[in-house]
Amino acid sequence: MATSATTHAHAAPQGFIRKYIFSLDHKVIGIQYIFLALTAVMVGMFLSLLMRIHMIWPTAVLPLVGEIRPETYLSLLTMHGTIMVFFVLTTAPQGGFGNYFLPIQIGAPDMAFPVLNMLSFWTTFVAFVVMLAAFFVTGGAPLHGWTGYAPLSALTNSGPGEQLGADLWVTSIAIFCIASLMGALNFITTTLDLRAKGMTMFRMPLTVWAWFITAILGLLAFGVLLSAGILLLLDRNLGTSFYVPLVVVNGQVMGHKGGSPLLWQHLFWFFGHPEVYIAILPGMGVASQLLSTFARKPIFGYKAMVYAIMAIGLLGFVVWGHHMFMSGMSPYSAFAFSIMTMCIGVPSAIKTFNWLGTMYKARIRFQTPMLYAIGFVSLFVSGGLSGPFLAQPVLDIPLHDTAFVVAHFHLIMGVAAIFGMFAGTYYWFPKMFGRMMNETWGRIHFVITLIGTYCIFMPMHYLGMAAQPRRYSQFTEVAYLQHLMPLNRFITYMALITIGAQIIFIVNLFWSMFKGPKASDNPWESTTLEWTTTTPPPHDNFGGHTPVVYHGPYEYAVPGAAKDYVMQTEPAGVTAH
Amino acid sequence: MATLSSTVPVEVPTTGRGSGGEHPPVYGGGGDGGRGDGYPDYGRRLRRARLGLAVVLAPIFMFFVSIVSAYIVRQGLPTFDDKTSTYVRDWIPVALPLALLLVNTGLLAASSLTAEFARRQITRQAALAPVRSIPGVSLGQESGFPWLAVTVLLGGGFLVGQWLAWQELAARGFYVATSASSSFVYLLTAAHGVHLAGGVIVLLYAVIVSLLRKPVEARRIVVDVTAWYWHFMFVLWVGIFALLWFMR
Repeated sequence: MATSATTHAHAAPQGFIRKYIFSLDHKVIGIQYIFLALTAVMVGMFLSLLMRIHMIWPTAVLPLVGEIRPETYLSLLTMHGTIMVFFVLTTAPQGGFGNYFLPIQIGAPDMAFPVLNMLSFWTTFVAFVVMLAAFFVTGGAPLHGWTGYAPLSALTNSGPGEQLGADLWVTSIAIFCIASLMGALNFITTTLDLRAKGMTMFRMPLTVWAWFITAILGLLAFGVLLSAGILLLLDRNLGTSFYVPLVVVNGQVMGHKGGSPLLWQHLFWFFGHPEVYIAILPGMGVASQLLSTFARKPIFGYKAMVYAIMAIGLLGFVVWGHHMFMSGMSPYSAFAFSIMTMCIGVPSAIKTFNWLGTMYKARIRFQTPMLYAIGFVSLFVSGGLSGPFLAQPVLDIPLHDTAFVVAHFHLIMGVAAIFGMFAGTYYWFPKMFGRMMNETWGRIHFVITLIGTYCIFMPMHYLGMAAQPRRYSQFTEVAYLQHLMPLNRFITYMALITIGAQIIFIVNLFWSMFKGPKASDNPWESTTLEWTTTTPPPHDNFGGHTPVVYHGPYEYAVPGAAKDYVMQTEPAGVTAH
Repeated sequence: MATLSSTVPVEVPTTGRGSGGEHPPVYGGGGDGGRGDGYPDYGRRLRRARLGLAVVLAPIFMFFVSIVSAYIVRQGLPTFDDKTSTYVRDWIPVALPLALLLVNTGLLAASSLTAEFARRQITRQAALAPVRSIPGVSLGQESGFPWLAVTVLLGGGFLVGQWLAWQELAARGFYVATSASSSFVYLLTAAHGVHLAGGVIVLLYAVIVSLLRKPVEARRIVVDVTAWYWHFMFVLWVGIFALLWFMR
């Protein structure tokens, strides 16, 4: 790190490669992360579409994959989950928007360790390539789900995808861990050390708080996943028995003995639960920022919001057992994990009510970013409310392996986080690319996506309660699920429409990048530091000077001020009254 | 809610990290972290590097904590025995080469000490550098004992010693997959060895840089954080060794 500190961003680089490929500029790296995530999300979305189509037309021969056999379905499932969780939900909100806007929002010229930042992105890129490579090796992609439960994942002969494909999967995850740790190091050091004069911790925008706490979660969680992955690699390749008990595969007794499949689950979920918050906290930060900006009111209970983020982060580390109620763990520990899990409802409710309080009696500007921020709150509530259900072992055990859980985590971790990203994209696009996105198409995109996602995931709660299992590739031949097939068909049609509607977003994104109307420096009349600099920001963010901060981040509707908002950099005298 | 979110009418805004009345950092043209007068702000860089190191140690600590907790859990876990169809304890204490490991520990302790001497030596040199740069001022010859090189040698010696310990383990019939206990011994020592090797590489870099004409203040940052990292690796090794020996 010391070496990168000494080579801290010099003058703006000139050549194409130094400027756009191996750039040290956090803004370029942020955009690289966003494009990586955009690529990943298209792959992941395509896989989900294949699964949905297979569910209702099991004999259909599909493009690129041909006929879907049960193991193909499991490969699709595994890769969809892994790509979405790691390379979309972890990469875009934190690596993408965080990288671009955290330094600007605290008034820093760059990240603390720019070289490390570049390495972090390219390591993530390598991890993504290794992950995709799993599709193209003998046996294909692994079958063990994104959670990689042992012993299925720890044996090389447990299925067609469990040979080289699974090795690539574990390796990719391990590389991703290292990349995320480098990123987290940068985020934490930057937030603590590079804040501009006057930018106290409690004047940081809630986005920065969210990225900061997310980085701490990543710092503590990814090291554990890395060790879990190394143990898995040893089990797979060196014959150790960390996770594998005495086991017989296809009539053949394996050499392993005495390992504990539960050990994997504990290590994995010790990472896995904080990972949920790594995905959603940045979305919460963006929602807070946008609700305040477009409601033209200070965020309701700024400090409560900060403490709620911290509480969610802290509690996130002591609830991993609630993913394991089915594993036969002691009822006493299940009870403890259940109580701790339900405690998370408290800070989550604080955040929700503060968002509602921010919008209460406000003159809301219903522009696209705001629509997505409200959509985020809506999805967070809809997806979050099933959380306390699943937190209770008595309810979780019947629901655990059904579509109910799929509905729960897709609403809250999947779609809500994606809505946070959409909100961030529509909001920050003018700052990043100097042009505005099309408002009309943005709204059409929002309406279809919101209604579409609700139509996809709300019925899944019902499917789950009617005992439709998850992870099964085919339901058409199962008698007791026949009456659910119309609903399954409806979900698939909705998925087709909703995924199709994303073309609107993609076209809007790239068209606006080149043809959109020019954006002013502060098109949304926001108060935070990124809107004080030019659009797009210069190489060192503030053109040779460092901003000095005098205000909190959400000073809207200020009595006596000339405008209805006060920039963070406006000298204090303006509001003295 | 028409009130403001805690507007503090600040005359002298406080800066981050409690450096009260300090002037805001003015970045030279390209934002190179300097003070704008062409003289790089090494104090700030050192503070940042140390903070970065402190942050780095957290995931390394978590990494080893997770393996150690797996060790403890696995040790107490009964195993299904297919011959008797009962649950039995299958934890075999590994016959560690104690004498060799004690020698290795001694080497690492010594290297930690020499790393500290190197750190203090270069801190003194860095503190005197501005005085030395004044024309006509002589402070006499600096005592240039190569503490860094000695640290690299001792660290390399430790790694070689660990390799010998592995060979001794193999000679006693304990391979990676022999039993759960031997898997953990190899895993923990290897993971620690890899982390220490990283430290050796950075120290080698520092030695090479000291041969080039880099400013002593810049070299000091590398040596300083690596020395602290090295101390952490020593403490970590003592912890791992104690676990492996006392919790066989």
